[in-house]
Amino acid sequence: MKRLLLNIFFAIALTASLATPSFAARITIIGAGASFPFPVYAQWANKYGKVQGVRINYQSIGSGGGIRQIKAKTVDFGASDAPLKPADLDEAGLIQFPMIVGGVVPVVNIRGLEPGALRLTPELLAEIFLGKITIWNDPAIVGLNPGIKLTDQPIIVVHRSDGSGTTWIFTNYLDKVSSEWHKQVGTAKAVNWPTGVGGKGNEGVAAYVTQVPGAIGYVEYAYALQNRLNHVQLKNKAGRFVSPSSTTFQTAAAKADWKSSVGYYVVLTDQPGENSWPITGASFILLQRNMPDTERARKMLAFFDWSYRHGKDIAERLDYIPIPDSLVDMIEKTWSETLRSQGGVVWP
Amino acid sequence: MGSYRGVQDRTFAGLATLSAGTVILLVVGIFVALLAGSGPSIREFGARFLFAQEWNPVSQQFGALSSIYGTLLSTGIAMVIAVPLSLIIALFLVELAHPAVSRVVGGAIELLAAIPSIIYGMWGLFVLAPVMARYVQPFIGKWAGDLPLFTGPPIGIGMLTAGIILALMILPFITSVTRDVFNMVPDVVKESAYGLGATTWEVTRQVTVRHGIMGIVGACFLGLGRAIGETMAVTFVIGNTHRISPSLFAAGNSIASTLANEFTEAAENLYLSSLIELGLVLFLITFLIQLAARIWLQRTRRKLGVTR
Repeated sequence: MKRLLLNIFFAIALTASLATPSFAARITIIGAGASFPFPVYAQWANKYGKVQGVRINYQSIGSGGGIRQIKAKTVDFGASDAPLKPADLDEAGLIQFPMIVGGVVPVVNIRGLEPGALRLTPELLAEIFLGKITIWNDPAIVGLNPGIKLTDQPIIVVHRSDGSGTTWIFTNYLDKVSSEWHKQVGTAKAVNWPTGVGGKGNEGVAAYVTQVPGAIGYVEYAYALQNRLNHVQLKNKAGRFVSPSSTTFQTAAAKADWKSSVGYYVVLTDQPGENSWPITGASFILLQRNMPDTERARKMLAFFDWSYRHGKDIAERLDYIPIPDSLVDMIEKTWSETLRSQGGVVWP
Repeated sequence: MGSYRGVQDRTFAGLATLSAGTVILLVVGIFVALLAGSGPSIREFGARFLFAQEWNPVSQQFGALSSIYGTLLSTGIAMVIAVPLSLIIALFLVELAHPAVSRVVGGAIELLAAIPSIIYGMWGLFVLAPVMARYVQPFIGKWAGDLPLFTGPPIGIGMLTAGIILALMILPFITSVTRDVFNMVPDVVKESAYGLGATTWEVTRQVTVRHGIMGIVGACFLGLGRAIGETMAVTFVIGNTHRISPSLFAAGNSIASTLANEFTEAAENLYLSSLIELGLVLFLITFLIQLAARIWLQRTRRKLGVTR
């Protein structure tokens, strides 16, 4: 009870502080939402603040919170890992565009296994997470990995316990590749998991997988690298086994058909291409189409533009994939066409 | 002068009433806020919310049973471990230990109480869970693995580990209050019992414990209150899954851990409202326990003829 009260208190305090106008002299752009891109947004904001003197305050309160806040107009921009449907965007008067791309990686804890050696097919991954395959030396896994010694160790599935964009991307993938998953579980930021234990945050899943022998979980790529977790090879749509890397994420992102998708509603999972990592995802920015303060709006868009064009090395250093220039041009054209403030065009 | 003092008294009385009133206002306010927030969920699910196990954000079906079960079970395990242990420690400190030892151990217990819960959670995850997985659970499984209570793979996290962590967290509270209670038993009473030829055990059981029973029960409820709403430490080790399993080794969840996990990303109205209703359920459980404690205390008081 005490905790809940505390949470409510903080929620109120946070909302209050977000709604408070900033000091007149120096504009502070306020954003809130997804935690998956938080490291790169924070670095961009920091660097941009030094270069341009505009402060960007990004609160990683979760995609759900970000969507609520931008709808309530208490922040300048919202951020979400899952794209909103075009109809929802229209209803709330919002636009969205992808800001950064990243990958989700299944990781395992099997003693004596070479890093990146275990191969899995989409069907097997789905059956493991459905609780249908429960031991590591199941004939289906052994058949796919003839060179690897697997024992009758039980498979412990580890998933996210908190709602998360990472889960959205992962379940979206399983939903696409397994009709059984589609029927029984579906796609969401939090789902009714058929089996397994839940860890809080990427770090929680990483900790469980490291500690529990026989565990399999999924984390955002940067966490797999930092915690030296053992990732798997996945068979992609083209039928090839690929390992997660910035190259395979990039291939998946490049294959996506952004042009003909209304409201940039593109999901990067299970993309075609010989070299595409199948569980890739974009993180989105949400803006009000009609912004009250032209000056603020321009400063904010200038920050996004700078991040797209000059923030690539920062993103790559943090193992994220920047948006390709051709797509950036397209996004900025959308800004010119749809964003308005006090009746006038905001960008450029 | 006289009228000035009258004003002083009245002002103070007014202020005091106002302050006390704030407490009532706060409790009622929170209850009303929770109730209002739960509206959509109560209308949608009704009483089914309390008895359904399914918690599915995709199909928007929400049932609180697994969370309620987990809250009660983890708290139950904690009480079973913590209460006897605390009583024994308190008795040791008061009756048996050398005053110097008593001071040192007493200080250590108060230090334990001051450790933030997140530290207990991290310790539970990184230290206790591996020990449970490697030694404790395989050992229990070997001797009692046929019981449904102790089945399943030993993964270290789950209901049992959560209960143990909770027990460690409430132990200092129960111990220090009980110790104070035992200290208040008048020496004269104890000495007369000894004078009648009673052994240490008899004095402890029939004088000290009997004299302090109200305080002991109070201390237990203090610990219970803390355990039932504990969030962070439990979230780290309980395994966080909406499932009811007979095995104590299996993962589960509690009301508080569900709220901590899912509040931030709940975008849909019904989802959010169901989470708030979970909060309301926790509020009511705590309230009912308080009420039960009151009634039970009164009955015990009458039965034992304690006048205090």
